[in-house]
Amino acid sequence: MGSSPRLDRRDFIKVTGAAGGGLLLGTYLNLLTPAPARAATRATDFNPNAFIHIATDGVITISAPNPEVGQGVKTMLPMLVAEELDVDWQDVVVEQAGLDTDRFSGQFAGGSNATPNTWLPLRRAGAVGRALLRTAASRTWEVPEGECRTETGRVHHPASGRSLGYGELASTAANLPVPDAESVPLKDASDFRIVGTPIPDVDNLAIVTGKPLYGIDVTVPGMLYAVFEKCPVFGGRVASTNLDEIRRRPGVKQAFVVDGGDDLTGLLGGVAILAESWWEADAARKALRIDWDEGSTVEESSVGYSRRAEELLADPPAFAVRRDGDVDAALPSAAHRVEARYDYPFLAHAPLEPQNCTAHYHDGIMEMWAPSQTPERGRSLVASTLGMDASEITVHLTRMGGGFGRRLNNDYMVEAAWIAREAGVPVKLVWSREDDMRHDFYRPAGYHRLEGGVDARGRIVAWKNHFASFGEGESFAPFANVGSNEFPAGFVPSFALEVSLMPSGVPMGALRAPRSNALAFVYQCFIDELAEAAGKDPVEVRLDLLDAAGDEVGFDPARMRGVVELVAERSGWWDRSPSRGSGMGVAFHFSHRGYVAEVVQATVGRQGELTVDKVWVAADIGSEIINPSNAENNTQGAVLDGIGEALGQEITIAEGRAVESNFHDFPLLRHRQAPDVEVHFLTTDFPPTGLGEPPLPPVIPALCNAIHAATGRRIRSLPLAKHDLSWA
Amino acid sequence: MSITFRINGNSVTVDVPPEMPLLWVLRDTLDLKGTKFGCGIAQCGACTVHVDEQPTRSCQLPASAAEGRDILTIEGLSEDATHPLQQAWLELDVPQCGYCQAGQIMSAAGLLARNPAPTDDDIDSAMDGNLCRCATYLRIREAIHRAAEVRAIDAVRDGDEGDPPAGESEPLTDPLKEEV
Repeated sequence: MGSSPRLDRRDFIKVTGAAGGGLLLGTYLNLLTPAPARAATRATDFNPNAFIHIATDGVITISAPNPEVGQGVKTMLPMLVAEELDVDWQDVVVEQAGLDTDRFSGQFAGGSNATPNTWLPLRRAGAVGRALLRTAASRTWEVPEGECRTETGRVHHPASGRSLGYGELASTAANLPVPDAESVPLKDASDFRIVGTPIPDVDNLAIVTGKPLYGIDVTVPGMLYAVFEKCPVFGGRVASTNLDEIRRRPGVKQAFVVDGGDDLTGLLGGVAILAESWWEADAARKALRIDWDEGSTVEESSVGYSRRAEELLADPPAFAVRRDGDVDAALPSAAHRVEARYDYPFLAHAPLEPQNCTAHYHDGIMEMWAPSQTPERGRSLVASTLGMDASEITVHLTRMGGGFGRRLNNDYMVEAAWIAREAGVPVKLVWSREDDMRHDFYRPAGYHRLEGGVDARGRIVAWKNHFASFGEGESFAPFANVGSNEFPAGFVPSFALEVSLMPSGVPMGALRAPRSNALAFVYQCFIDELAEAAGKDPVEVRLDLLDAAGDEVGFDPARMRGVVELVAERSGWWDRSPSRGSGMGVAFHFSHRGYVAEVVQATVGRQGELTVDKVWVAADIGSEIINPSNAENNTQGAVLDGIGEALGQEITIAEGRAVESNFHDFPLLRHRQAPDVEVHFLTTDFPPTGLGEPPLPPVIPALCNAIHAATGRRIRSLPLAKHDLSWA
Repeated sequence: MSITFRINGNSVTVDVPPEMPLLWVLRDTLDLKGTKFGCGIAQCGACTVHVDEQPTRSCQLPASAAEGRDILTIEGLSEDATHPLQQAWLELDVPQCGYCQAGQIMSAAGLLARNPAPTDDDIDSAMDGNLCRCATYLRIREAIHRAAEVRAIDAVRDGDEGDPPAGESEPLTDPLKEEV
């Protein structure tokens, strides 16, 4: 929290307009088969690092190193290189790199990390290219480098009026020693021509014309299509099955049992069916009869977890994550005291492209086309499971039909690899939607008991949270944890965050804005309860809380104050006039380095019909909005994603398995439910950070708080679909 | 079973099981990968194609029912991305992951064909069967309005009256969709 923000709203508020006029069209190529670009590289081509390739004919190719899940990195990362290389974006050809840990680092999509990880390194990669081209020009003309300047793909010598294109300089630049990237000067932000400009996704043309782009579109000559039936109880194994009958089904070429192991993130047991078309493989699957060894978790259920959580919350907590002051002394002496229980369900990721992977094992080499957010980890999993060396595995990155954290795990990848090696032919494994929803790594459910105290001046002075979550002993299940600096830790003088854990056989994992997507709901709704008890305005009570920051807090309170004040102003918060059935709610949250505050306007009819009318977003992710078109789109998407989660999503566990199976019982937000989302970016003097996740968490509590403002009903349990919101 | 139909203007004969859904005939037999698999139960709209100009969920249409029909997929919507919807999608930078967008565009094309000037409500009704997991709904709505506007301008410029009056906008109906 060292540096204090130097922000001046008058100077730095940047409001995104509608994405639109004057958008530049990028070029795409190499959709699914990464070209042997290096093979085409000639000695005269300029290729100073892994990102830049300039041929003597002037074609400028920039590599996009990271997996694209719809977050926009295939466009944005090359923008950073192109900016400092000083080329026209229209002249750039973007090429998706494959997994190549020798040439690239950090080839993953997760944690809103791409921007903070690449902001300087990729700009430096571009600047190195530009410096070398300038040097090449000065040597060609035998003039001092200081007299040469670059502009949109050319080096100019203003004194003599000469200029040369980058392609003309490529072979000279290719023979120069490459300088240390950190020694090369970067552009001043005021000189940016690409960063800060709305640039459409480089794959848009391929998308709107239906070109094969995604993992599920991969075709390898001679390949068979595979389905893989796993035990509905997580981690169960095949005891016996009717393979002979399955092998006689139309189109079926092979069917076999995969034993699998015990690691829920790895290869699990099941039956593989391979056919000449996916539909025939899937049709044969319906005739499968399997006796499963279901394992020890078959008795588990959501009802059981809930009951166990009640018991845990009635008992003293097992351990403390953080204690400040003496909360048990502070609570009874508070002027106003509130106690509440909150809970939220398991959630599935449900990216629209079902899990899939294509694998071809030949000549001791495993070649894979993997829609994975973490291809390097996927390669390691394949290597360890199949007893191969990572160097024997080639991974091509495909565009992904969404990720949301599901593809951080690589179970489908190791399944495809195993099945392909066993089958001896190239295999495209495609999961059904039911496979995807029933074999996810779910957002963990959670159960909270909260007690809070407010003093006579309306300040929150005591906060006690007993969190019943999943895990063993003091070891949380994946993403079922809470950090010791999670707000409002450090902002309330008497504070306790305590935990009790219960075991579970449910696979858990990161869903977009992990932890935050649940904790923001609990904490930001409970703050509203405390504000109400004290008779304070919900924004005022939050600003007071931010002013009370102690030494050990999770974020910069001044930056959060900036977005809270901005969203209040833009939403007309201070002029609102709540009436029965209509209300506004506010919330903020810090996650993945981003500061976001949101206001929701909602209407609830007398019979309980909920309409989300509008959402206002104020976000501070630093000094630059690198691609404003993508930033607005992603922010609106994250907000609507959060609304969809809150409205109706829940994965129920019964008899050790997931009950919901497809979009009829796990509803995604639809067109008619999507409200207007007005996005404002507050640019501040901090390095740019990511945006894929931070805008999601605040919308859920802001919506629940709006429902309270409209109806007087507190929402302490999600999803909203199970609540009667009627009022009279 | 041998089945003959028109696909994007060309006649084609395929030999597939009669109950195999058109979606898989398109993707796996004809190698037209633009039409997407999302749910298999007509809940997401990613597989939307036109059957005799009617937007249809191809995951629910048996190949046998395609016999003699005229099928249009995203690959055949225009020769070179010049359909006003494709242009509007490019202009407004609609996609995030992009996976649902072919289905969205095909549903929107069906809407514009019967209602050249849809309201927000018309759009919601016609498009509610098309899920976008990234939730690009706001830009999709804007892009459909934009395409309608461009078509109207082109119609005036070309001196024709455009499409016949559409009357009431009807929600997308799927004759073969079953309750799930």
